[in-house]
Amino acid sequence: MSVVVAQASLPVTIDGAQVSVDKGTTIMEAAKLCGINIPGVCYLEGLSPYGACRICSVEVSTDGGETFRVVASCTYEIHRESVIVRTDTPRIRRIRKMLAELLVASAPNVKIAQDIAARMGVNRVRFEMEDNRCILCGLCVRICEEQMGGKALGFAGRGTDRVVSPPFATKSETCLACGGCDSVCPGKIIPCQGIKVPGELCGKCLRPEDMPFCCPMGTLGCFCERNPL
Amino acid sequence: MARLRSAPELERLREDIVERNSRFKATITVCGGTGCRAYGSEALKQAFEHELRKRGLDDEIRLVFSGCHGFCERGPLVVIRPEGILYCRVKEEDATSIVSKTLVKGKVIDFLLYEDPVTGEKITYEKDIPFYKAQRRIIFGQNGLIDPTAIEDYIAEGGYGSLCKVLTQMEPEEVIHEIKSSGLRGRGGAGFPTGVKWNSCRRAKGDIKYVVCNCDEGDPGAYMDRSLMEGNPHLVLEGMLIGAYAIGAQEGYIYVRHEYPRAWENASIAINQARDLGLLGEDILGSSFSFDIEIARGGGAFVCGESTALMASLEGRAGEPRDKQHLHTTESGLWGRPTNLNNVETWANVPIIINKGAAWYSEIGTPLSKGTKIFSLVGKVKNTGLVEVPMGVSLREIIYDIGGGAPDGKDFKAVQTGGPSGGCIPMELLDLPVDYDELTRAGSMMGSGGMIVMDESTCMVDVARYFLKFLMEESCGKCLPCREGVKRIYEVLTDIVEGRADGGSIELLEELAWVVKEASLCGLGKSAPNPVLSTLKYFRSEYEAHVEEKKCPAGVCTALITYFIDPEICTGCGACAKNCPHEAIEGQKREPHRIDPDICTRCGSCMEVCKFEAIGVE
Repeated sequence: MSVVVAQASLPVTIDGAQVSVDKGTTIMEAAKLCGINIPGVCYLEGLSPYGACRICSVEVSTDGGETFRVVASCTYEIHRESVIVRTDTPRIRRIRKMLAELLVASAPNVKIAQDIAARMGVNRVRFEMEDNRCILCGLCVRICEEQMGGKALGFAGRGTDRVVSPPFATKSETCLACGGCDSVCPGKIIPCQGIKVPGELCGKCLRPEDMPFCCPMGTLGCFCERNPL
Repeated sequence: MARLRSAPELERLREDIVERNSRFKATITVCGGTGCRAYGSEALKQAFEHELRKRGLDDEIRLVFSGCHGFCERGPLVVIRPEGILYCRVKEEDATSIVSKTLVKGKVIDFLLYEDPVTGEKITYEKDIPFYKAQRRIIFGQNGLIDPTAIEDYIAEGGYGSLCKVLTQMEPEEVIHEIKSSGLRGRGGAGFPTGVKWNSCRRAKGDIKYVVCNCDEGDPGAYMDRSLMEGNPHLVLEGMLIGAYAIGAQEGYIYVRHEYPRAWENASIAINQARDLGLLGEDILGSSFSFDIEIARGGGAFVCGESTALMASLEGRAGEPRDKQHLHTTESGLWGRPTNLNNVETWANVPIIINKGAAWYSEIGTPLSKGTKIFSLVGKVKNTGLVEVPMGVSLREIIYDIGGGAPDGKDFKAVQTGGPSGGCIPMELLDLPVDYDELTRAGSMMGSGGMIVMDESTCMVDVARYFLKFLMEESCGKCLPCREGVKRIYEVLTDIVEGRADGGSIELLEELAWVVKEASLCGLGKSAPNPVLSTLKYFRSEYEAHVEEKKCPAGVCTALITYFIDPEICTGCGACAKNCPHEAIEGQKREPHRIDPDICTRCGSCMEVCKFEAIGVE
């Protein structure tokens, strides 16, 4: 497969497919040109890449395929020729599966965490389940700052205490009440109600013949728009 | 003092200062490092001042309140020069006798001398003490000679001479070439070749460039950057000036962590003094080179030692790292401008390399790691303190020859190098030469130079858990693998030490550690699993004992141990029963006592009071 884009300058190989991209294109964008979808939680077209969820990790080689290192495809910009990318290797699958397990253990009732976990084949969680509604993807913080010019939201706290909050945890004077934050929040999508036993993920949504009627979408909606199968 | 307009003026000033100091017959140096201050060296200094004034000796004897000497175990330290007599653990009241006996009559005071713990021999001179003898203090040596708040002291020792040399005799490219050929590598931990970094920052496009000094040393137990910044700030400033000249930077920043108020204070004093003399500011020493430095205080976050997080913090944003896989800070750093960040110790190496030459410098060390490295030797070792050794000496030399080995007759077990994200190195690898690559190969790292010695009474699982707890609390929380992964590693380790772990725990730990290492955004996350991985590598049997047998071989993890009284040894004195806070010990007088394991909380207070060593742990 070969895709040629106008004014393209740098050739990249992604999973064997050749594509030429402008300098500064991210791997995530370049992969889309080849029709390769890389899953990601904190990535949204139109907002600056953030590199926090690391679900979009891929292998990159800049030495002609001798050594590969793991990078986040949303933040890795292509600035040189002959970058080789592999998006689906045992190493990457192993990383994504563990990250999905970590994500769904912290937020089992957030749709995107469920989706990613199901898609990565996580059917048992080995950690104590929490019930966070915010997965700290930072989409709301970025849309507020970058698209609305509001800067009404930010992060507060460190490590496990990290939360999204307006400055000093009071009502922000710069908030336009535009609802931009709400529109991008993955936590507001109705989650799958199928998880009845903590730690158990059925993954039935991956198999249409097994799909239970409990799915609130009533469709194969477990994979929302941003993460098509 | 007037502003200096040329290199010869600086040289004249130096000669004046040396001339002025030559009237002193002797010098008393009182260590003013943080450790010695905690022991009361400030009061000691005042006692000396008072004594000298009383005797009218203040014109003959010079009193220097210096920076850290490194031998913190024995503080407060007093050195009498020119003889070089070292007095340890000097108290305020000893000032009178030191002046009257040693300085007036020339007699050595025996009880203040260092006593070799092995031979019991008293050692008079600083240079003969094994702790100092095995070191090579090319960076740290000046600390004990100068008052960090007096630029005159630094100039008298030849300070700012390297800057003169650079400004008058060398092109920027030559400076970079010199640093490159010296083989100097970053002392902050990663060991990136300094000259290469400088070069890429020099070549980066942009009219405004910055140099930054990283003084955000946050490793538990490590304080070499602090001691350098507190004890010899001008050395760091001179290094930054030379770097700025080589790179083409006009502005510099020193990022000092909030917990180091004295480092901040001394650096501020140093900057003001250098500005007054025209060593910072416009047209330095009459050249066309202009450069100034500002100090920024961090908020005390460990992650701000990471370059991109540090720069975010400098810019006034939250101290979080940014993904920099394709773009280095040398091209786009502070405010998107080319920025060269080096650690305190790296900057301090620069004037010495320029002064003595790359050829001299590169003879010290191993083929790939040149020069010396300052380590802070702490933990279960007789001589704790700061030690500077050439790269390539063995861990055994550092721990036994300089450190004196483990105290209280216990056996050495492991040494943790590289701070919280470093690894534990076992007894078998004690002959490992200490350099960047060897330590990395052993599963640890150089880090900024923390060295925590552990003896046989340390449980390695507990140690790993301690470091993971630190890292969990210090993770910024931005990326998922570090925030959630490190937390889960800590949870699994807690399960192990509390006896709740099942068969798959060790495998789960390994899997988690691997993923966190591979996928994390910044250096903190990428190195966070090291304590777990290295202890698993060298002390796996201890993990297995915890998980499978529910036993802690070192007798540390309270959930897995029981205290018992040996009835053969117990005399029934009742001291343990009296001291037990939970009344878990019962028994008749003069008959063996017994501990009820259901009530016992494993606090160990019975063991502390038993004179007969009748209490054991299993």
